[in-house]
Amino acid sequence: MVYSSKNKTLQVVLKNLLAWCASLTVLLPMILVVLNAFKSNGETMALSMTLPKQWIFTNFSTVIEKGKLMRSFLNSLFYAGGGMVITIMFASMAAYVFSRRRTKAFSRLYMFVVLGMVIPINYVTLTKTMQITHLNNTALGIILLYVAMQTPFSVFLIYGFVSKIPVDLDEAAVLDGCTPWQLYIKVIFPMLKSAVVTSAVLCFLNNWNEFMMPLYFLHSSEKWPMTLAIYNFFGQFELNWNLISADVILTCAPVLIMYLACQKYIVGNQTAGAVKG
Amino acid sequence: MNKAKIYPWYFAVGSVLIYTLLSVIPGIMGICYSFTDWSAYSKELNFVGFKNFLEVFSSNGQYLTYITNTLLFTFVTVIMKTGLGLLFAVALSRDIKGKNFHRAVLYLPSVLPILVTGLTFTSILNPKIGFLNTFLRAVGLEALTQKWLVDPKIAFFSVMGVDIWRGVGYIMTLLIAGILAIPNIYYEAAAIDGANAWQRFRFVTLPMLRQTLAVTIVLNVIYGLKIFDMVYALTNGGPGHRTEVLYTGVFKMMSKGLYAEGTTISSVLFIFMIFLGYFMVKVLTKDEVVE
Repeated sequence: MVYSSKNKTLQVVLKNLLAWCASLTVLLPMILVVLNAFKSNGETMALSMTLPKQWIFTNFSTVIEKGKLMRSFLNSLFYAGGGMVITIMFASMAAYVFSRRRTKAFSRLYMFVVLGMVIPINYVTLTKTMQITHLNNTALGIILLYVAMQTPFSVFLIYGFVSKIPVDLDEAAVLDGCTPWQLYIKVIFPMLKSAVVTSAVLCFLNNWNEFMMPLYFLHSSEKWPMTLAIYNFFGQFELNWNLISADVILTCAPVLIMYLACQKYIVGNQTAGAVKG
Repeated sequence: MNKAKIYPWYFAVGSVLIYTLLSVIPGIMGICYSFTDWSAYSKELNFVGFKNFLEVFSSNGQYLTYITNTLLFTFVTVIMKTGLGLLFAVALSRDIKGKNFHRAVLYLPSVLPILVTGLTFTSILNPKIGFLNTFLRAVGLEALTQKWLVDPKIAFFSVMGVDIWRGVGYIMTLLIAGILAIPNIYYEAAAIDGANAWQRFRFVTLPMLRQTLAVTIVLNVIYGLKIFDMVYALTNGGPGHRTEVLYTGVFKMMSKGLYAEGTTISSVLFIFMIFLGYFMVKVLTKDEVVE
């Protein structure tokens, strides 16, 4: 017994050591960025783990002005938000129909859409497609691209939740005289709330973080989202890590806030899909 | 009940149309264009048969290394993220102080823009004044300092390292959910039979976690094969083409006007993923198949 309790203590110590090492490895780079965002120009050839000699708060306003961040922030918000709304609207409707009508044709169509989680984008021919459809370098184009990217996973996620809503409910609603639209909007959609919130949050995060699509398809700088703006800013102010750090914080702030506010939805429902088996 | 009437087909049209137009059609178009000499320099388009594919798979071309690099990147990051993720998940799943704090912190990097993570690490991995080397010198581990992103031998592993830093928390989170879903009764039974911690892990946790592990591996493979932002921000394929992956290679070909070559290697990945993807999607949708 003595041996085993000693063994247990050792296990607890090792576990805690591991946990703290891992957490510190993740936190250190973030602390570096925060510290350096408040330093003066001369102090920041690279990110360093020293306190600022003098806390300079104007770095943020400097970056917003020099990097034209207000514009990019609104762009990012518009693209990420617009893409999210359209994705969720269409994906939830599609997932609902796929889940309720399990004929051979609809099952195949469901597989066809879900396969989108796996297939890679061919950017060369996508560029051609964007030019033919006149979507290149337009806000609508980038939003539709985000929708195309996020649709497969959203359909997949919501599909699993639709099957948990009893079909009796639909039948009762139809007997009460609901049209298909009323049934969907008034009965089904409200019951999908938690799945919808999860996929909405994930859509927004992924859209906000997207870099490659705008890099290929948005050429005018006034249309750039935050990620493209910070990349460009980094090229211009390569040695001013105080300004870059401030820009990093401003670019990450919206997703961080979203993560902290919606942690329950991001982690909870997303994992439900992975572990039910 | 008339299902066709209550659940009208046109509810699915919006999703299917946008997805088909901007994801599937370019993929199929890409395969067609792979058999041509499409480029920015000529208005004419000629059929050239398998010439582009032969060029990609010939040993003297650079293009094959883009594909092998992508596979290497995927292989190493999947192994490391799954291994470390499992280790952290086991440590953080039950009775440990501050587990919610650790879990939240470890998940954090995976919600940040990949590009921003990459940019930040270009400073941290700077050989002369970067934080990592400064730190190693300060604690007397001078011997471990490296020219992380500059040395051709290790640059690619540095890129993988940053990506593992970024992605391990996400895998851990999925695995923790999987571990917590294992009924406690199995552990109690194992304890009664005198199983030690390792045996409980080996004979209870691991077998019960098979489906979750399969899902995480699939998600990781999909992510790895499509990697772009991380490499673009950290090394942009350099030094030389040592860290060039498929999507950074395609981006460069595009800007050089080599459309046929770019679309060919994209199509190789596309075809590969359609076959592999079918099985991956089967793994992801396993329960629906059973139902």
